[in-house]
Amino acid sequence: LAHGSGGKATRTLVEAIFLEAFRNPLLEPLEDAAALSVDGARLALTTDSFVVSPLFFPGGDIGDLAVNGTVNDLAVSGARPLYLTAGFILEEGFPIADLTRIVDSMRAAAQAAGVSVVTGDTKVVQRGKGDGCYVNTAGVGVIDRPGRLGAATVRPGDAVLVSGPVGAHGITIMLARGELDIEADLVSDTAPLHGLVAALLAAAPGVRVMRDATRGGVATVLNEVAGAAGVAVVVDERAVPVEPEVRGASELLGIDPLYVACEGRMVVFVDGAEADAALAAMRGHPLGERAALIGRVKDDPPGLVLLNTVFGGTRICDLLVGDPLPRIC
Amino acid sequence: MRTGRGDGQARAAGQTRVGGRVRVDVRAEGLVQGVGFRPFVYGLAVRLGLAGCVGNDADGVFVEAEGAPERIEEFLVALERDAPPLARIDRISVMPRTPAEAEAGGQPAEIAAGAGGGVAGAFAIVDSDASGRPRALVSPDGATCADCLRELADPGDRRFGYAFVNCTNCGPRFTIVRGVPYDRPLTTMAGFAMCAACTAEYHDPADRRFHAQPVCCPDCGPRLRLLDPRGAELPGDPVGRCAGLLRAGRVVAVKGLGGYHLAALASDEDAVAALRRRKHREDKPFAVMAADLEQAGLLCEVDATGAALLTDRARPIVLLPRRAGAPVAVSAAPGDRRLGVMLPYTPLHHLLLAAVTGPIVLTSGNVSDEPIVHRDSDAPARLGGIADAFLTHDRPIHVRTDDSVVRPFRGRGSVLRRSRGYVPDPVELRRPAPRPILACGAELKNTFCLAEGDRAFVSHHIGDLENYETLRSFTEGVEHFSALFGIRPRVVAHDLHPEYLSTKYAVELADTLAETELVGVQHHHAHIASCLADNGEPGPVLGVAFDGLGLGADGTLWGGEFLLADLTSFERAGHLAPVPMPGGTAAIRQPWRMAAAYLQAAYGGQAPEGLAVAVRNRARWADVLALARAGVNSPLTSSAGRLFDAVSALLGPRDAITYEGQAAIELEQRADPAERGRYHASVSPAGHDRHHASASPGTPAAPSGAVPGGPLVVAGADLVRAAAEDLLAGVDPAVIAARFHNGVADLVVRCCVALRDATGVTTAALSGGVFQNLLLLQRAADGLSAAGFRVLTHSRVPANDGGISLGQAAVAAARDHARG
Ligand SMILES: [Fe+3]
Ligand SMILES: [Mg+2]
Ligand SMILES: [Zn+2]
Ligand SMILES: [Zn+2]
Repeated sequence: LAHGSGGKATRTLVEAIFLEAFRNPLLEPLEDAAALSVDGARLALTTDSFVVSPLFFPGGDIGDLAVNGTVNDLAVSGARPLYLTAGFILEEGFPIADLTRIVDSMRAAAQAAGVSVVTGDTKVVQRGKGDGCYVNTAGVGVIDRPGRLGAATVRPGDAVLVSGPVGAHGITIMLARGELDIEADLVSDTAPLHGLVAALLAAAPGVRVMRDATRGGVATVLNEVAGAAGVAVVVDERAVPVEPEVRGASELLGIDPLYVACEGRMVVFVDGAEADAALAAMRGHPLGERAALIGRVKDDPPGLVLLNTVFGGTRICDLLVGDPLPRIC
Repeated sequence: MRTGRGDGQARAAGQTRVGGRVRVDVRAEGLVQGVGFRPFVYGLAVRLGLAGCVGNDADGVFVEAEGAPERIEEFLVALERDAPPLARIDRISVMPRTPAEAEAGGQPAEIAAGAGGGVAGAFAIVDSDASGRPRALVSPDGATCADCLRELADPGDRRFGYAFVNCTNCGPRFTIVRGVPYDRPLTTMAGFAMCAACTAEYHDPADRRFHAQPVCCPDCGPRLRLLDPRGAELPGDPVGRCAGLLRAGRVVAVKGLGGYHLAALASDEDAVAALRRRKHREDKPFAVMAADLEQAGLLCEVDATGAALLTDRARPIVLLPRRAGAPVAVSAAPGDRRLGVMLPYTPLHHLLLAAVTGPIVLTSGNVSDEPIVHRDSDAPARLGGIADAFLTHDRPIHVRTDDSVVRPFRGRGSVLRRSRGYVPDPVELRRPAPRPILACGAELKNTFCLAEGDRAFVSHHIGDLENYETLRSFTEGVEHFSALFGIRPRVVAHDLHPEYLSTKYAVELADTLAETELVGVQHHHAHIASCLADNGEPGPVLGVAFDGLGLGADGTLWGGEFLLADLTSFERAGHLAPVPMPGGTAAIRQPWRMAAAYLQAAYGGQAPEGLAVAVRNRARWADVLALARAGVNSPLTSSAGRLFDAVSALLGPRDAITYEGQAAIELEQRADPAERGRYHASVSPAGHDRHHASASPGTPAAPSGAVPGGPLVVAGADLVRAAAEDLLAGVDPAVIAARFHNGVADLVVRCCVALRDATGVTTAALSGGVFQNLLLLQRAADGLSAAGFRVLTHSRVPANDGGISLGQAAVAAARDHARG
């Protein structure tokens, strides 16, 4: 189970099984999408499967999540999202009304993101063999912009930005499961990032890499980039924006918002000289109004993410191996 | 181990005599370099009229001595009996030789080797031999000796009032050593060229400073300076002026042996409160330095054991009962009946205490939970906001080393934090390590341990690895120890918790080093193994491992464990019934959550109305219970520490802690030691229907399935229910706290008795951080003794996670040993 938490266990699984089996230069960077060249056109291709409980939650459902997730993987790869596929695995007895609702919100999300769902597939599994509905989406986009984005291009001096308050999606889902019966005024942050990305890239050509902070949250993205680029990422804990409601709920749950999934937030590494321009561009877009500069890239210690704490200390913000278990005593 | 002398005498007696003279080759191993051993041997040999030589080599000290048989006998006896105070002899081996006078010439080539002259004739000290592997030991830092103190106070002495007086019998060692062999160029004294007078002392075998690497004087050695927070030097006598600042209520950073301290006048409430505020250390007690035993006696009740610990060469902080009306600010150790006191251990401290004329708070120079500052370049930035001045000097500190903390227990010292003054003395392993071992320790209060053969070098206190500075001390420390003792690990032992940074380090290290084996050691097994190693015992024992928590073999969080264990393996023979920790780490930081979880376990949904803890936390009480019920981020734990947290919060008023273990410490401190009542926790399966296992005690075979009917399960919630009912009935919290402690001690005894009946094992070992609780430790140990148990407790390494690395090393060594 720990293999799904987005941390080191997931990474180990991916590297040991999939990278090993499929190894090729396009797969190797393990970015959100693969950059392909087809008859001179540069395309980005990605796929993502969506498993979420509950299927409907404040701010969204599995349908718009599936569209936005794939749109975002394309967008942060520097591509303009164009076409999506949609695959459904339905559990026998799944209410048609629910399916209709999911498909409706997919259509709305696709429309908002300017993409078309062009092919699909449906399978039904026996009752009890699935959690109602799983969705898989794949997406193709075109890369208009010259140059390469990627974690490997990150270097010391770069600035680290986040496009808005973090952790809302994951905390919303936890509370929406209903088992807690906790009242909180929270909605998921699910949103398509392509517009924000376009505005950012237009203003800051020195963007090195963008990642949507999904499973494992911002902390996991920072660790992946630090590891891939062989650099240190130093983050100021107080600079990371967190909505008060999210802060309150995560304190109650005992969960660090830095490790909580977002579905409409991205982390941006940009040439330090363009930090202000990048920040201004993001803040000028509705989805980036509360974008923030949260840290800097340094050369030492390579591969580590450090968190400057309130008292001037420096804590290690590590990639979690699995589901978080307390390690203090 | 002292295998040497008797052996040697026998051999010496039975050897060849030529012309009424005998000759022996002697090898002394252990802590014999840099401690005045060679001058001591020289003086002894000259006094006895022996010929020969003495020298250092990679294995220690070698001696070739020749003379009348009875003189040689006397020499061998005195060699061990009268060894210098800083020396620790692990092994003396004696080889009889043919006396040189009778030799035809050139036959025993080893006489001349490395030596300079063979044996016949006078006695000589020969030069160090830097070849070979560094096996001779670096000694711990030692408190200023009486001879040096006399010089310090003697206006006629050239080192009068000099803050860096030292000699072969005292002074900085471990903290200034950069590498081996232990020689001045490889210490932080390298930058100070000795003057003619010091050089003469250094080379004079009859001098107390013969080959004392840190030897220096006001003409050639380090210099004190008093700086303002911006780094500008303040004129005048640094010590006198610093004392004036302290008396005026200022906070001064003072550079010590292993790092910077922050000092304030202990009796000045405002000064101590200011220090606390600026350091962002809300509650954790400060230690106090007193000028001498007499002054310490005004602060604390100092019995013979306490006095012996205070004046030990290691000069640890000694935790002692605070005297009523002791002239110490309330905020030095709020709510604590004890006080950590230490005596001066460097000349600088002696000078400062004499100038201040009253005890001073002397706490680690850091902010909040950061590691203690030890680099001069870091001091202004990190301590500038706290200290009004810096009393510093230009001798660098190589290894950051905190003060050690001990307390008296049953007539001896029990170490709570093992660092300056004790490190790097090794602990002997009962089962020697066939291959060299690195044990990476735990996450909090980390130490690591490098072991080879029967020697286990437990590192100084490293701290909480999540802190980056601390992690750096860890990685650099491992490399430093590895070089210092010439140990290249082939076995890397680690905790089972995958998120411990020490575990991650171990895994990565084993990845990079070829032919390195990883050995995972369960946390509580390591606790019990550390207690075994501390006592030189192989087991099997009934190990009681009570702590905050550690990852169990089943993937849940353990911490209230009864293990049938030896060094190679263990069986979980009993444990506290698991309860959820609502919010995981949040439940550790907010003990009231544990009160909620335990009350839920004790009463189901029907907890009585009116409990103050529920009232204080009503805003979140229901939500936290919902978390626990739903199992959302609420891992189950059998931790004893969490049980103490629950009762502490139940009695209130503290709901959140500011340092680790605070709730349990406060519960202990408020308990009425005169109260003998106790709460009863039910144990199931109670052990009826048990039959005696055939395993004979002393069999080192892996204990397995020895407890019929499975592990005992102890209902900790019973204790919480009893405490809640007493509380609602208006019983004094001091009485409740005592009854709870007595109840825990009682359940320990009852479980051990039941397990003894089932297994035949009659020795109990108490380990884990919860046994730093003196009241619990006393009651449990007394109860077990009264029930006929042999009881093992910690003395040389801490019961808490500071001992984990030694336990891991002991287990890894025993397993490697068992494999052949
Ligand atoms: Fe522990
Ligand atoms: Mg994705
Ligand atoms: Zn001395
Ligand atoms: Zn000198």
